[in-house]
Amino acid sequence: MLEALTLLLVFQLVGETVTFAFGLPIPGPVIGLAALLATLALRPALLVRIKPTSTALLSHLSLLFVPAGVGVMAHFARLEDEGFAIVVAIVCSTLLAIVATAATAALLMKRRAPGR
Amino acid sequence: MHPVADTWVYLSASPLLWLALTLVAYLLAFTLYRRSGFNPLVNPVAIAIVLLVAVLLATHTSYQTYFDGAQFVHFLLGPATVALAVPLIEQWEKLRANWFALSVALVVGVLVASGSAVLIAHALGASPRTLASLAPKSVTTPVAMGISEKIGGLASLTAVAVVITGIVGSALARYVLNAMRIPDHAIRGFALGLAAHGQGVARAFVVSEEMGAFAGLAMGLTALASALLLPWFARWLLALL
Repeated sequence: MLEALTLLLVFQLVGETVTFAFGLPIPGPVIGLAALLATLALRPALLVRIKPTSTALLSHLSLLFVPAGVGVMAHFARLEDEGFAIVVAIVCSTLLAIVATAATAALLMKRRAPGR
Repeated sequence: MHPVADTWVYLSASPLLWLALTLVAYLLAFTLYRRSGFNPLVNPVAIAIVLLVAVLLATHTSYQTYFDGAQFVHFLLGPATVALAVPLIEQWEKLRANWFALSVALVVGVLVASGSAVLIAHALGASPRTLASLAPKSVTTPVAMGISEKIGGLASLTAVAVVITGIVGSALARYVLNAMRIPDHAIRGFALGLAAHGQGVARAFVVSEEMGAFAGLAMGLTALASALLLPWFARWLLALL
């Protein structure tokens, strides 16, 4: 577990360093993800060593959004004025995004593999 | 022995109390979620947030004080994002076979998620600052906050919008995708991860490993594509309004 956690943090650190040094618009952890993906493709043996820790971390991914969500209390004044617009916009746009993404992927994947 | 009030003053100023309460609130919420048979409408994030906000308001605690403790949980978003490489490599073959369809769906999804949020909020009279804060709402928190700052939004409002998006997406995706008659877990996961970032990924892993992996892929790619596209797209859209 310690080994895996260290590896995840080191890859994140590499990502943050690259992002900052080159002034990239891409966030550090995403670069870290890409770097770890490339490393796993080159050294498949690494997978079994980090899998338990990464699975544990990902199985409670939703917990990690709680602190940011509690920040809603700092915006009560704005929500009083614009809450309706914000909530309607979020609900509708999220549903539209799901429909647009799934419809596009389904259409293009069906054309490639007609048997499915 | 110290009086109760002194003990409270001491504890409420320490990170330990708010860190512990964040975990307790989430575990309570998660227990409800499990008892409901993982019903997507019983969203653990929403329940935990309501519990914590109620405690903070009742004890007159500021968000800043709370976050001093809760930041340790918030910090783990970084390594968790890196960890998504693991489910991704395990779905590599299916990913490679469908890269074209998924790339097109990615760009369409990112632009629809952001553009429709801005247009709908504008039609309902939201201020320019709020519009800019809503533009990156489907992107995972740290990235969304960065984009928001770049286009004149409020990073903290964006963080809230991102979490609400995650709650809505993971609660309702099942019904939308069933109505569309899309059974493929790869496509369902991809749409969920694109529209509802990490919370969509968490929901997808409850359903299946394959769905979770494609949701994780979509979340990572959405962060990447949004970081590249949204600063330009959102600025252009906001200038039109």
